[in-house]
Amino acid sequence: MVEFGGFDMPLQYSTIREEHIAVRTRCGLFDLSHMGEVRFSGDRALDVVQSLVTNDVARLEVGGALYGLMCNEAGGIVDDVVVYREAGAYMVVINAACRPKDVAWMGEHSAECTFEDIGDSVALLAVQGPRAVELVSSMCPDDVAALRPFHCRDSQVAGVQASVSRTGYTGEDGFELYVDAADAPGLWDSLLEAGAAEGLIPCGLGARDTLRLEAGLRLYGQDMDDTTDPYSCALGWTVKLQKGDFIGKSVLVQLDPAHPPRRFAGIELQGRAIARHGQQVLADGEAAGVVTSGTYSFTLDHSIATASLFGDVPPDAELSVDIRGTTAAATVVPLPFYRRPKGA
Amino acid sequence: MADLSNYRFTASHEWVRVEGSKATLGITDHAQAQLGDVIFLELPAVGTEVKAGAKFGAIESVKAASDLYAPVSGTVSEVNAVLTDRPELVNSDPYGEGWMLRLDSASDDGGNLLDEAGYTKLVGA
Repeated sequence: MVEFGGFDMPLQYSTIREEHIAVRTRCGLFDLSHMGEVRFSGDRALDVVQSLVTNDVARLEVGGALYGLMCNEAGGIVDDVVVYREAGAYMVVINAACRPKDVAWMGEHSAECTFEDIGDSVALLAVQGPRAVELVSSMCPDDVAALRPFHCRDSQVAGVQASVSRTGYTGEDGFELYVDAADAPGLWDSLLEAGAAEGLIPCGLGARDTLRLEAGLRLYGQDMDDTTDPYSCALGWTVKLQKGDFIGKSVLVQLDPAHPPRRFAGIELQGRAIARHGQQVLADGEAAGVVTSGTYSFTLDHSIATASLFGDVPPDAELSVDIRGTTAAATVVPLPFYRRPKGA
Repeated sequence: MADLSNYRFTASHEWVRVEGSKATLGITDHAQAQLGDVIFLELPAVGTEVKAGAKFGAIESVKAASDLYAPVSGTVSEVNAVLTDRPELVNSDPYGEGWMLRLDSASDDGGNLLDEAGYTKLVGA
């Protein structure tokens, strides 16, 4: 067990490799109750959320969700979030480690609406993998398989009232289930029992990290922080400058999205040694940036990493990573490292 | 459970089995369980002199990279080449197929090695 954002969480239930492969080939169950949730309601809720996040929340219909960033006045990323439009409110999902900071920041900027930190009463379980949709559908009275990606609806799973969301952080299809905290242990047991025949196993933080990295998804605190602008971690697609004013926009408009201060790159390494957060990246032998995240890819069977490169590093530079004194050759590759097969 | 009566252990979780002047070494079951899925081993070449208590290599799992320390001194006579492609043997059979090095002219300089009971007590198993 490890301490994470005030929660004691298992790094693994069996082994990271077993759990990783279960999610890629069958399905896995994650307890993500550490994630924070806040809710904005009232007539001005849309305006407040629009001012807080970079993406265009106005385009969401009820039941829709989107990924976005919350920036500070300097254009640095306070957190990466998922915004859900509910009937008459917006629920925003935040990182556990950022919760105190986010709640303070959001509270300061939500004078015009009702703002609540609902994280303690909301639990989150995720079922992810090629068999996840079929499994959850079989436990639901509603046609949740008809939900499109980044959409959610109220339903019941194994008799438990849940907001069923077609989202995840693994690169696989599946659902995230927002439930009342008191219902979570029962739902966990029901899912494990019903999922056993489908090969469902519980998965910890270790597999969550290897899965998200293969899928090219960012981890706040490693791949970005309060000093990183969205373009420098290749999240410019979440920045909608046309939508109106928002916090950080005045700085972001001055950046060239095609040539940000830092270039975020996926790299594949020769050999099996793992490049880790903070290790130095070299271009033709000179300092060129740092590794933001790295792991061994169980799907691809080699070492993968993401790096934050200095803006002036030439695209064709010969890269390497200094792994504890040993230099490992690295090749820039497009993200994501892994994309699930079509139709799976 | 493997018969570990002729194995000796370090507080840094390596094991050694000495037979005359020859020694075989690896890491303990406790160590492999703590590390989780072993991905990569950095081991010295044949002919390298290793010294009791000094770093002789490194082991990486998804979770962490750790240095490896020699339980005894000696000269590397054989490296378990199978681990290059199958480092997971360190997880599945740490005292058998997951061995790392064989040494010639092995000698225990420090005398700080633990027997099975002492090591078991150390890790609280």
